[in-house]
Amino acid sequence: MNDILDGLIAAFWLVVSLDPELIQISLRSLQVTITAVAIGCLIGVPFGAYLAVQRFRHRRLVISIINALMGLPPVVVGLMVYILLSRSGPFGVLGLLFTPTAMIIAQVIIVTPLITSIAHQAMRELWAEYHDLLISLNTTKWQRIKTLIWDGRRNLLTAGLAGFGRAIGEVGAIMIVGGNIDQVTRVLTTAIALETGKGDFALALGLGFVLIALSMIVNITIHSLSRTERDGRW
Amino acid sequence: MGDLLRLRDVVVQKRGRRVIGPIDLTLLDHGPTMVIGPNGSGKTSLLRVAYGIERLTSGTVDWMQDTPMGRAFVFQSPTVLRRSVADNLAYPLQILGWDKAAINDAVDDWLVKIGLEKQAKTPATRLSGGERQKLAIARALIRAPQVLFLDEPCANLDGHTTREIEAILTATAQAGTKLVMATHGMGQARRLATHTVFMLDGQVHESGGADMLNGAAQTPQLTAFLQGDIVT
Repeated sequence: MNDILDGLIAAFWLVVSLDPELIQISLRSLQVTITAVAIGCLIGVPFGAYLAVQRFRHRRLVISIINALMGLPPVVVGLMVYILLSRSGPFGVLGLLFTPTAMIIAQVIIVTPLITSIAHQAMRELWAEYHDLLISLNTTKWQRIKTLIWDGRRNLLTAGLAGFGRAIGEVGAIMIVGGNIDQVTRVLTTAIALETGKGDFALALGLGFVLIALSMIVNITIHSLSRTERDGRW
Repeated sequence: MGDLLRLRDVVVQKRGRRVIGPIDLTLLDHGPTMVIGPNGSGKTSLLRVAYGIERLTSGTVDWMQDTPMGRAFVFQSPTVLRRSVADNLAYPLQILGWDKAAINDAVDDWLVKIGLEKQAKTPATRLSGGERQKLAIARALIRAPQVLFLDEPCANLDGHTTREIEAILTATAQAGTKLVMATHGMGQARRLATHTVFMLDGQVHESGGADMLNGAAQTPQLTAFLQGDIVT
């Protein structure tokens, strides 16, 4: 109980004193996560909509695989990205290992199936509603996808926020490919892991509370900006 | 004046069950055609298959005039896009690549015609059933189709709204648009029809001119149907 109280006090002082290291780590966490989620959305949302409107051979298999990939173990993703980016790996020449870019790559692999799957679910329901109308208007496949994404944008927010939630709290993969290097690749989750390892539970908990607060602030801000709960909005 | 489309040996099956067919039917390219018949007789399926929304199990549907962009369909339960009323009207024109000024002019014009100019910015999902149906008809008509299919557009609507919709449809038909419409209302069929198709048990039981509805029925089933009897 004391540890939790100490953690709350530590979090309070970290925030109130605008601790430069905390700010730097928090901003890096946000930068890596938001970039990964944005890339994940750019891939996952159109792909989810495409899966909703297009019938093709083995479509169900593709959907099953994407759904299965939602549970991809981050440590395994980290390991695979590590092997690919390590000096002896096929992309070693790019020198990306232990950089924020490597962390973003790992997170994109982790969040894209989740975003795709949720986007597909949302688009499938909307497509069932719009199917006859869009077919009768002789729309092209691309026009259908664009219409579904635009009209279902508020439902797609859930996909983006789910991706954000998964990415911001992720530690396994980014620890492996980022290396938790001070001033370079240290983010909130890896810092928490480090402080826990050092036995400084109060600081670890303090960082944890900051992480929770950050995640909530981003969620509330996005909901508020997109006016999801207002009467008559979609 | 000539033929609009021909259906030859058209059969639609779903999960092994025959929904309609075999159907041989020619629709003329002028005058409103009313498709009548009891519930489950295949009116909706006939319209969908003729329009090209429904897949054929066998047979052919040949459009004599190739007008894929000149066709529109109004469904029984109107689908509105999750956009404002004005944006719903603009959508078919955006699909065709019209410029913004022309779209705005057409949208303003149709908003007045259907009496929804004050609700232009209202989300379409907030409209009443009758308003939604008027919006769906206006959205179908905004790109001036040569052929308009309607699947019971006045089902469950009050008399006032039905009259408004009939006025729009009459004006549309007089302007030269071919109407093909399924309806349950015999009064409505009599008011609008120049041609009639009577569907029964998934097949075209009888077809001909509007006089079919006014004492010139050829079969006892149509006579009984027009008298309000239950026909199976």
